[in-house]
Amino acid sequence: MMSFDLPEDVIALRDVVRGFAAKEIRPHAREWDREQFMPDEFVAKVGELGLLGIMVPPEYNGAGLSYLANSVIVEEIARQDGGVALFVAAHNGLCISHFLIAANEEQKKKYLPKLATGEHIGAWGLSEPSCGSDAAAMKTRAVRDGDGWRITGHKMFITNGCRAQVFVVMAITDPEKGPNGISAFIVERGAEGFTVGAKEDKMGIRSSDTCPLDFDNCYVGPEALVGELGRGYKDALAVLERGRVGIGAMSVGLARGSLEEAIAYANEREAFGKPIAKLQAISFMLADMATEVEAARLLVRDAALSLDSGKSDRLKASVAKLFASEIATQVALRAIQIHGGYGYTKDFPVERYMRDAKLCEIGEGSNQIQRIVIARQLLKD
Amino acid sequence: MDFNPDDDQRQLVDELRRFCEGEIAPKAEQRDQEGCFEDGLIEQLGEMGLLGLYVPTEYGGTGLDVVTYVMAVEELSRACAATGILMSAHHSLCVDPILNYGTEDQKQKYLPKLSSGEWIGCLTLTEPGSGSDAGAARCTAVEKDDGWHITGTKNFTTNGREAHVFLLIAVSDPEEKRHRLSVFIAEKGTPGFELGKFEKKLGIRASSTAELIFEDCVIPKENLLGERGHGLRLALSTLDGGRLGVAAQAIGIAQAALEAARDYAKTRVQFGRPIAEFQAIQWKLADMETGISAARLLTRHGAWLKQNKRPYECEAAMAKLFASEVSSRVTNAAVQVFGGYGYCADYPVERYLRDAKITELYEGTSEIQRLVIARKLLTEPQWVTRG
Repeated sequence: MMSFDLPEDVIALRDVVRGFAAKEIRPHAREWDREQFMPDEFVAKVGELGLLGIMVPPEYNGAGLSYLANSVIVEEIARQDGGVALFVAAHNGLCISHFLIAANEEQKKKYLPKLATGEHIGAWGLSEPSCGSDAAAMKTRAVRDGDGWRITGHKMFITNGCRAQVFVVMAITDPEKGPNGISAFIVERGAEGFTVGAKEDKMGIRSSDTCPLDFDNCYVGPEALVGELGRGYKDALAVLERGRVGIGAMSVGLARGSLEEAIAYANEREAFGKPIAKLQAISFMLADMATEVEAARLLVRDAALSLDSGKSDRLKASVAKLFASEIATQVALRAIQIHGGYGYTKDFPVERYMRDAKLCEIGEGSNQIQRIVIARQLLKD
Repeated sequence: MDFNPDDDQRQLVDELRRFCEGEIAPKAEQRDQEGCFEDGLIEQLGEMGLLGLYVPTEYGGTGLDVVTYVMAVEELSRACAATGILMSAHHSLCVDPILNYGTEDQKQKYLPKLSSGEWIGCLTLTEPGSGSDAGAARCTAVEKDDGWHITGTKNFTTNGREAHVFLLIAVSDPEEKRHRLSVFIAEKGTPGFELGKFEKKLGIRASSTAELIFEDCVIPKENLLGERGHGLRLALSTLDGGRLGVAAQAIGIAQAALEAARDYAKTRVQFGRPIAEFQAIQWKLADMETGISAARLLTRHGAWLKQNKRPYECEAAMAKLFASEVSSRVTNAAVQVFGGYGYCADYPVERYLRDAKITELYEGTSEIQRLVIARKLLTEPQWVTRG
């Protein structure tokens, strides 16, 4: 039955996370952005709130919530800081997602409980220095060694790479089979031959660490293969479809944060004898921004609800991610404009929202990839 | 939470689509060229139950809901934008206010015939000197013993040619500062009420856009609609609902344009391959689909709120603003995909482009929509966090 109302329990959750973000993130976001840093104590608090096992079933210490709840949580966190939002989204929506889609019972029992509480942080390694969009052209190899494999290669731009203990990594197990020769492996920090490189110095999303991974004949046992041999790429695509909705939610949060700040500023700042909110040039910008945020939120929630109903809808996920991320950057840019010169300084958060939002047009499938996915669906017979 | 139509709604829309493709779309080009609706069209719409779609059955309506209504307007507009507004202006701007503000007698008198299509309805608000500034209407209504004497000129009245029932706004209380205007129900053929010129338009050419001339036209006292002096509020709240219809019309036009562009791109071969294989074309199609999806959800949300008697004015303004601008962008891109052929009347996309533009203008220009939205944002800053 059609309803645009959030369920009561999700509203309650939203309000808890909204309060948490305002209290625990907002006062520190500027410093964390400047220093490219997120304190361990803060990460522990995030874990305590259950935000690191959002969709993990309760038997593995998780909150057992829906994609809808996940998107609301990520939106509320992004409202205050994009880096924390991405940290939460990648841990839940990439690493844990892959476990939920493809892991066997032993793997779930072994890894999910600690991931769910945040005792362990998770990361997910698909991209490489020479292949992002063209993921199937990856070079990282997993060569058979007895019962296990030896992994050699490099992964690039891995969110949570510096702080994660658990990594799901895609590698080629059969070079003859193209995308059907890619498999996924669980690699633990400290495994011999596995090193995490220095974190990137990024434009935005700076409180989140993004690192290269290096594999030099890193041995993993047979129990490390997650999902079927040769199915790693297909599973990765399914993970990305879910991850897309998370990035969409993050975009909505950043856009909403920009909008809220701009409305507040416009109501306060006076020029020509009145609050600038009363000047049409400003109020009309705000009207457009709010309309775009509203539309983005509906698209993201629709995609999340599709996932919750068990219907994979690649089109909806890509449309949501494409739209939400594009408007997020544009809304943030206009928010800076509304703030005038002050918007260009770090004293106000809007320049950070813009720097953070830009990532959303790129990660988890660039918007160019999203358009390919959408066009492909449209042109199918 | 679920944004999807239920099975009944889906089935109805499927049936309606078949009807539209069989009966409405084939004559769309002819309607545009001749600048009028063919005989029998209104009867067909009436028989399909479209003209009183959410009027309760006890007044002769189809007894459905506002969400189904916007889906229906979209389907009709996908087939023919002019037919879409024929239905929407009739239903949102005349049927709806009588349903919401009418006395029982007025409802009994007008709703059954409006629902069956025996009578078509319209709202006449605009005057040469007052469009966006609806409150500056100058048409006068003087109360005398025999009724209200109406004098003045209205223009841009959609459905003016087809309508029997005209809701009109006039100054009933010129001495008042705030409650000056009232809404009246006028009927075609009343002495002193004439149709004037019909506009020649860029698009929706079959839809009649009429000038109305009132010269001491006497309307019975019982034809006051709603409270005396509260006409502006009645009219503006009526327009809130009308916005949803126009948004749906805009989406229908855009959807038709997207499908035409997609199908053309698959068959048109250049440089040895269908142009659908070029990213420049794929990008346009993807952006068109994305904009339409967003517009559709905004509109559905507004319709659902209205159906559930929740505040919906800001959501409706957002839907109309966004959908109309998407429609203009999408139809423009569709013509581009067709290349030179898109500029020729042999193909429907140039008509879609011409049709789309009106959705940015009537029932509140985009600028008025922005005023409505901005007022909400600035008086209730927390509104953006309500979801």
